[in-house]
Amino acid sequence: MRREAPQKLSDYGPLLFPAGMLIVFFVIPFATMIAVSFFKRDPAGFYSTAFVFDNYARFLSLFFGKVLGFSLFLAIAVAICCILLAVPFTYLLSRASRRTQVVWLVGLLSVLSLSEVIIGFAWSTLFSRTAGITNLLVAIGLMSQPVALNPSLGAVLTAMVYQALPYTVLVLYPALVRLDPTLTEAARTLGASPIKSFFTVVVPALRNTIMATLIMVFIFALGSYLLPQILGRPQHWTLSVLITDQAIYQSNMPFAAAMAVFLVLVTLALVGLTLLAGRKGEAA
Amino acid sequence: MSGLALQNITKEFGTFTAVKNVSLTVPHGTFVCLLGPSGCGKTTLMRMIAGLDLPTGGAIKLDDADITRVPTHKRDLGMVFQSLALFPHLTVGENIAYSLRIRGVGKEDQKKRVDELLSMIHLSGYADRPVAKLSGGQRQRVAIARALAISPKLFLLDEPLSALDAKLREAMQVELRQLQQRLGITTIVVTHDQREAMTMADTVVVMNSGEIRQAAAPVEIYRRPADTFVADFIGMTNLIDFTADSTGRAHALGSPIEGLAVPGGLSRGVLSVRPEDVHLTAPGHGAMAGRVTFVRDLGGTIETFVEAGGKQIVAVSMPHARPDVTVGQDVGIKLSPDTCVVLKS
Ligand SMILES: Nc1ncnc2c1ncn2[C@@H]1O[C@H](COP(=O)(O)OP(=O)(O)OP(=O)(O)O)[C@@H](O)[C@H]1O
Ligand SMILES: [Mg+2]
Repeated sequence: MRREAPQKLSDYGPLLFPAGMLIVFFVIPFATMIAVSFFKRDPAGFYSTAFVFDNYARFLSLFFGKVLGFSLFLAIAVAICCILLAVPFTYLLSRASRRTQVVWLVGLLSVLSLSEVIIGFAWSTLFSRTAGITNLLVAIGLMSQPVALNPSLGAVLTAMVYQALPYTVLVLYPALVRLDPTLTEAARTLGASPIKSFFTVVVPALRNTIMATLIMVFIFALGSYLLPQILGRPQHWTLSVLITDQAIYQSNMPFAAAMAVFLVLVTLALVGLTLLAGRKGEAA
Repeated sequence: MSGLALQNITKEFGTFTAVKNVSLTVPHGTFVCLLGPSGCGKTTLMRMIAGLDLPTGGAIKLDDADITRVPTHKRDLGMVFQSLALFPHLTVGENIAYSLRIRGVGKEDQKKRVDELLSMIHLSGYADRPVAKLSGGQRQRVAIARALAISPKLFLLDEPLSALDAKLREAMQVELRQLQQRLGITTIVVTHDQREAMTMADTVVVMNSGEIRQAAAPVEIYRRPADTFVADFIGMTNLIDFTADSTGRAHALGSPIEGLAVPGGLSRGVLSVRPEDVHLTAPGHGAMAGRVTFVRDLGGTIETFVEAGGKQIVAVSMPHARPDVTVGQDVGIKLSPDTCVVLKS
């Protein structure tokens, strides 16, 4: 195989298609959004070309600050819950027999095929007073009467974790399968109980993978806008919900774009900080 | 009795029996090598001693306490894996200190012990290196130090040296043996290299298809193999069929062997004769007749291949006793009765 760097312009040929796709479907829409975020809203029509910071200025209010804070909190909570559930689960799965692994992975993949709407309404039924899981608890005598569990933060969190968990497991799975099983055996011969060996060997050895997965789930959860509306109260609405609201129902594209750009910037900053902290931790 | 005792250990995987009814006692402080061809159950036996697998039958006792069902982490042992299994996220020092940290030993004491072990394995000053930056032999030694950090009751090594090149392997064999003698620790090593076993062991245990064929001192195994498998597996040997007449006189390759005592009642069997015990002489004079087919001069030793009675016999001699033969020459073969081991066929 040829190893040297491309010499002529034509050597870049194979890159043309992916580059084109990237420009058409990512760079142009994103640039448009950035541009629109500086436009002026035209109440009669859509928006008019301008260069004003009004949209960003309006954003700097306590209300939007709170919403942003809640969005970040929710996404981080979802990411942490997913990691806490998925790492031990995927570890056990990777040590199970081939058959068990296939059954579980197929099950998880089928959850991926469910749309956010279906997940939202399924959980809203499960959390309802009339047909929900509390009826089961009443039936086995754990509760005296059924209650509605939604709308609530717990309901939003549960559904979002349910939605993100398959992704988490599928991202962690290859790394855990590749992890040398003799590492934990060695830890056990050195005096660590299975649980201790999990926390002193498996988790630290997979630190980078876990960190990357955490960031992935965090970003994934930031974009969720249906589940908070279906299962939460207005105070559980995320920035994504407000962006949708502004863009689609209030027809205020410039303001929606400004919020989206701001969300991207905050996300990038957070991810950058996490990576920086990770690198520092490694050097220490 | 202090030390390790295996009593009728059996391990079945489904319908396949990997280890069959193995009994062995390893007195405190001895060095045992488990030797055998690939797939004979050495690793399986070792894993049961470590508690990583449970036997399907039998008992394991350590210093008279039954540990058959004691979980691995409560057995106070040190084990070196074939893959070494050094923790990639820890430094050399942290790897060695792992078992101490798990047991809650103080930081100061940990450091002292790590320094002690590092100087024992000639790697002083390497404590802060990442394990990925070590050479094969260094990683090997770190794995050994890590296993020895708590001064375990039992030191287990599964093919610890197989990843090293021949020169380093020989050096490590000697080092390992000296270390074991200095520490006086009961040690079991799995290997399929018989030279390695002979170098290090007090007792060599030869296994085949899940069973122990012989357990004895290295020289004993070499000089007095218990059966044809052991004779053939350990070193080079000539396996020669013989018949005995009613007076107990043995005949092999068409000639009688004077002075060889065949146990009563045995009318046929196999003689195991080491190549260095095969002497080539001039033909006739009651010697077995053969013809030289090939001479291999290895510098340090000379191997002469002789065909006699339809069988290939190998004689090994030292350069100063070089037999004066050429290919195609007729020679006589002399076997002295005290070097012939009589085995059942
Ligand atoms: N988990 C298992 N399930 C089924 N069979 C197994 C299992 N582990 C080992 N075996 C079988 O048991 C036999 C003994 O295996 P073992 O690993 O003990 O051999 P070994 O003597 O260590 O060989 P080697 O020198 O190649 O390492 C082999 O035939 C192997 O296929
Ligand atoms: Mg093995």
